[in-house]
Amino acid sequence: MTTFEYAPALESRSIVNINPAYGHFINGSFAEGKHHFPTLNPSNEEILSQIALGGSDDVDAAVDAARVAYESIWSKMSGRDRGKYLYRIARIMQERAREFAVLETLDNGKPIRESRDVDIPLAAAHFFYHAGWADKLDYAGLGRAPHPHGVAGQIIPWNFPLLMLSWKIAPALAAGNTVVLKPAETTSLTALLFAEVCQQAELPPGVVNIVTGNGQTGAALVNHPGIDKIAFTGSTEVGKAIARAIASTSIKATLELGGKAANIVFDDAPMDECVEGIVNGIFFNQGHVCCAGSRLLLQENIAEEVLAKLKVRMAKIQVGNPLDKNTDLGAINSREQLNKIQELSTVGDAEGAERWSPDCQLPATGYWFPPTIFTGVTQAHRIAQEEIFGPVLSVLTFRTPAEAIEKANNTPYGLSAGIWSEKGSRILWASQKLKAGVIWANTFNKFDPASPFGGYKESGWGREGGRHGLTAYLKAVDEDIKNGGENE
Amino acid sequence: MKFYGLVDGREASLRYFLNSLSGVDQVGADSRAAMLGTRSIKTAAKKYAIDLAISMIDLTTLEGADTPEKVRALCAKGVRPDPSDLTVPNVGAICVYNDMVAVARKQLDLIGGAHIPVAAVATAFPSGRASMAVKIQDTEDAISAGAGEIDMVIDRGAFLSGRLMEVFEQIQSIREVCGERAHLKVILETGELVTYDNVRRASFLAMLAGADFIKTSTGKVAPAATAPVVLVMLEAVRDFYQMTERRIGVKPAGGIRNTKDAIKQLVLVKETAGPEWLTPSLFRIGASSLLNDLLMQRMKMQTGYYSSPNYVTID
Repeated sequence: MTTFEYAPALESRSIVNINPAYGHFINGSFAEGKHHFPTLNPSNEEILSQIALGGSDDVDAAVDAARVAYESIWSKMSGRDRGKYLYRIARIMQERAREFAVLETLDNGKPIRESRDVDIPLAAAHFFYHAGWADKLDYAGLGRAPHPHGVAGQIIPWNFPLLMLSWKIAPALAAGNTVVLKPAETTSLTALLFAEVCQQAELPPGVVNIVTGNGQTGAALVNHPGIDKIAFTGSTEVGKAIARAIASTSIKATLELGGKAANIVFDDAPMDECVEGIVNGIFFNQGHVCCAGSRLLLQENIAEEVLAKLKVRMAKIQVGNPLDKNTDLGAINSREQLNKIQELSTVGDAEGAERWSPDCQLPATGYWFPPTIFTGVTQAHRIAQEEIFGPVLSVLTFRTPAEAIEKANNTPYGLSAGIWSEKGSRILWASQKLKAGVIWANTFNKFDPASPFGGYKESGWGREGGRHGLTAYLKAVDEDIKNGGENE
Repeated sequence: MKFYGLVDGREASLRYFLNSLSGVDQVGADSRAAMLGTRSIKTAAKKYAIDLAISMIDLTTLEGADTPEKVRALCAKGVRPDPSDLTVPNVGAICVYNDMVAVARKQLDLIGGAHIPVAAVATAFPSGRASMAVKIQDTEDAISAGAGEIDMVIDRGAFLSGRLMEVFEQIQSIREVCGERAHLKVILETGELVTYDNVRRASFLAMLAGADFIKTSTGKVAPAATAPVVLVMLEAVRDFYQMTERRIGVKPAGGIRNTKDAIKQLVLVKETAGPEWLTPSLFRIGASSLLNDLLMQRMKMQTGYYSSPNYVTID
């Protein structure tokens, strides 16, 4: 070695034990699946396991189990005792954190540094946070002794599999609901490991049920008459279909959908940290982040300087084996998603935007896309409007603060936004004008269980996290009486 | 061009220039440094990094109790860090107080270390609280005794009270004394400047006034060379190179005691200023006990087990 290059530093995968096939987790035990489909390691297309394809009978069984558990045990249990189970689950998740991290990286393709330092610790933190709420629901702002909804049907995406599971299951259980959860088609493994954790924690059977499968499995769950509450995270297209399906029913829903966040850099931004924030905003988790800062709005007088620094910084992004502890950018989660990213990037070329990526060696097998920026993008470009959900950044410029806000809000979405400025008054002004559910100032992609997360407009309904997220799983007693509920 | 054409030597232009630098967001700088601290350096990379770190050490003794014998022992260690393994590179420099320079220079020449410079701390180290005449004489003494590098301290009091020109002129004066005879390292004492904005401004001030190196600390004040401070200084030399095409060196000193910390420094250099700075002429680590830990790790990489500390010489 004649220069200081990082040697491979692979996290061992011996800690995880993957079964050749998995069934559904219903009523506290694993039921055999009838049909199966493979789940892949997207970094090398190795088949990791066979996952059960849930049909309507599996969904029926899971919803029935959840109903029985709700009525006979979970809704009758004191909040304090529910909290004990949640604390227990949180502690086991921490104890088995490395196992979860390696499994998540294998199944999803995200770098081990992120699953180890972000996904798994945050997932455990959500259980700890909501465990604390379980016996304090009187203080959730809904009056005395608010009621749970009953059985919650939950559908989660593939970008943060275990973390999204925690966002869904922890508040539902804390509030006294039981759940049927469907993980994403390409990333079921950590949800199935979580099922083992439920067994280990001796959670009463039926409180958590996990049915694996594809979009049809999800549709069966959404349309099931035994579901009282739906929580969905995923595409806006599917979110709209769910909204149509539950129209004119009493079913409550929270929807956490797409985004096309503006990351706005004013000319008084802290330069180096802002470049870090841009990188973190779009290349964190390969850009598979609904709140990713995918539209960079640069004040025109500093655009050149920021872009020059950004390119230098991007050249240092380590792309490669997700299990390598030094990898910054891992694999794209699926062939389908890779095709979508490639297609929209080609549209960017065709529309006249200028594409740039640093020199980087992409592995020969698996699904890979280099960190990419498009400059010369305007609001009229499709890549400035549509969610790419990959490591692709569209760069636009603005001349005045008012123009920045106007462009930032000129989107059907409204999930998140970023502001970079050292001027406090400008940050406060801009954050009041931006129509986005989460606004970060001088940072990006920061999450905390106590902080509500959710969108404006087509980015979704409701909030997850914090007191606001918790109340989505509760109803006030008078509301329940008004609706002829049977919980009084 | 004087002051690289960036300032004109008057207070107003210096103040304007330093205030025009973009600010440093503390939370962001801390988290970037922490993230780089998670880099995992193994096998061949670790082996390479250990030897590189050894070659960058300014092997230092700065104590009231320093004696000629102690300094001679340090020189021997610096020339041949591991007498049983001559593939170990020599250190970057021997760093001593002014009055020990002649001893160190003579000893190094005697034992095959003629190519290793002696660095002298000067200008009323570590506080810098003395008249300019004393500081100049201090420097002159060190250079005439054979110092090839001068580690000067800035007047932090003057910097913090806004007398930027005073700090600037002092560095300039010492630069003039050094001339071509000695490299000038300017110690900012970042533990006393406290904010990263100050560290960034002081870095530029020192570079404009003629520093060859900017150095974090005297080693007498805590905190010393923290990762975010070194990050901010590396960003400063990188940006300064963009403006002037001149590469200024960086020297963290104080608190870097083991191999892991030293390798983290090299990661900061590689991913911030860039690989061009990974050479003893542009990056040094001021340390004393670090060398032995690097040697122990080096032996471990060769033999596969940790040897007793008795197999590493004390200096």
